[in-house]
Amino acid sequence: MTGTAHVYKRDHINTDEIIPARYLNTDDERELALHAMENLDREFVKNVKPGDIIVAGQDFGCGSSREHAVWALRGSGVACVVAESFARIFYRNAVNNGFPVVECTGISGMIADGDELDIDLVQGMLNDLSWGKTYTFIPLPPFALSIMEAGGLLKAIKNKKR
Amino acid sequence: MMGMTITEKILAAHAGRDSVHPGELINARIDTVMCHDVTTPPAISMLEANGMDEVFDPKRIVVIPDHFVPNKDIQSAELARRLREWVRRHGLKNYYEVGRNGVCHAVLPEDGWVLPGSTIVCGDSHTCTHGALGAFSTGVGSTDLAAAIYSGELWFKVPESIRFVLNGSLQKGVYSKDVILDIIRRIGVDGALYKAMEFTGPVIDELSVEARFTITNMAIEAGGKSGIINPDEKTLAYVHEHSNREFISFMSDSEAEYAETFEIDCSYLEPCVAFPHLPSNVRKAGESGDVKVDQVYIGSCTNGRIEDLRIAAGILRGRKILDTIRCIVVPASTKIWRQAMAEGLFDIFTDANCVVSSPTCGACLGGWMGVLAAGEKCVSTTNRNFVGRMGSPESEVYLASPATAAATALTGYITDPRTVM
Repeated sequence: MTGTAHVYKRDHINTDEIIPARYLNTDDERELALHAMENLDREFVKNVKPGDIIVAGQDFGCGSSREHAVWALRGSGVACVVAESFARIFYRNAVNNGFPVVECTGISGMIADGDELDIDLVQGMLNDLSWGKTYTFIPLPPFALSIMEAGGLLKAIKNKKR
Repeated sequence: MMGMTITEKILAAHAGRDSVHPGELINARIDTVMCHDVTTPPAISMLEANGMDEVFDPKRIVVIPDHFVPNKDIQSAELARRLREWVRRHGLKNYYEVGRNGVCHAVLPEDGWVLPGSTIVCGDSHTCTHGALGAFSTGVGSTDLAAAIYSGELWFKVPESIRFVLNGSLQKGVYSKDVILDIIRRIGVDGALYKAMEFTGPVIDELSVEARFTITNMAIEAGGKSGIINPDEKTLAYVHEHSNREFISFMSDSEAEYAETFEIDCSYLEPCVAFPHLPSNVRKAGESGDVKVDQVYIGSCTNGRIEDLRIAAGILRGRKILDTIRCIVVPASTKIWRQAMAEGLFDIFTDANCVVSSPTCGACLGGWMGVLAAGEKCVSTTNRNFVGRMGSPESEVYLASPATAAATALTGYITDPRTVM
């Protein structure tokens, strides 16, 4: 996939920033999308375009288990989050939704805001097209990829039960 | 054969295995699936959309609306209604309506649903609380919750365990909240990422079960997958008092392997406060007296139990909070609420000019019952203080024990409770 990078170098970007609790009285992705990243960057929803990629520091998505964080990002157009590391529940939620998450050590210092990125999830390669540089990452384990291929966890377990 | 930690043993038993080791992917049976009003309605919708509108076992599903109840707006009322309809449709008996409910992590053990050696999931990050009774208990999102509701199983990667040996003894005025804040200060908010945090040592032995809940409750604030305490006599006494169900409990082997062991001498601990905007940003309460506060909040699954309320009442008895401060007291369950009332604590709180709320998660996550305006500061017995956690992104939350919070309400500045006890 290819997209434009929105870089947030900070660590511990948390679920209260990604989707504040005052918006959790809805699970409508289109409504949640209007408030994505609101407590961190009020301009994000205006600037983000479909296919864009967030690049962040360590422990992205820490805090609450609210899956609304994944839905808000996806609904706003984000196609993938690349971070130095992820909080556990957010990572699970992303995989369960088939929402691509890439863990890549040191990446937030390497990408500039606005760079064009091309990501190969299976090969584990991130190409920064704006600088002509390639970074490798450990691809998602086959288990996680198979959940994504099935279209999410529920479809995967429904198929299994049959 | 190598020894196993309590966490590994519980997961092995629930995966039908003699042993498991960290890093392995397993499918574990879930003994108790808990559902609240925010993360369950999306799970229900997902199950319906996928033609999977079933529950694996109505007896093992416990439904406790708590976040936005009694409903704070129309949308929250819609969420509660969807939950109620689902409960009715599947004949779920374990449903706690408003007036009989509470914060889910306070109600679950109090009503005998948490058993040593069991597995528990809920669509809430503070599900780690229940590890205090020797269970494997972890928070998940709505899709995992839906999967657990449907199949009674979930996949897990067996976590490594970090052991915290808490030595010495706590000084007067120092509580289990101070212990866990200090631990998070030491290791950082991702210091236990993906790991099980196992708490042990003489300080744990001395703590009451309620005080232990505070510690495991905040395992997630260090990034932990779970928090756990090996069952002892106090655990068993608590469980037998609240439940008559059978269980098989486990203990860590002495040869079990840990990713890391921390030995912490708690004798030197002083009352502390987590400053904005990370639970790890911990400083001594006694050195924070320049922070002027607008609101004090005493409640939540971290510190809203009867012992917490007694501690706060002990400090507020016969006194009044500063006239420029709001102090909101939120007993964490209907049972706790009744008990606090019977013990005369509400007279103490209301005489002191505090608000006493019905049980709810309330302002802990900026829902209602004390949301903050821009520029306001709140000292809170809750568990998280990220930007905008309790309201305006320009407000600030300082995490503390009930004693520190009550002392602060008297003076209007962050106050070491020992100075007023």
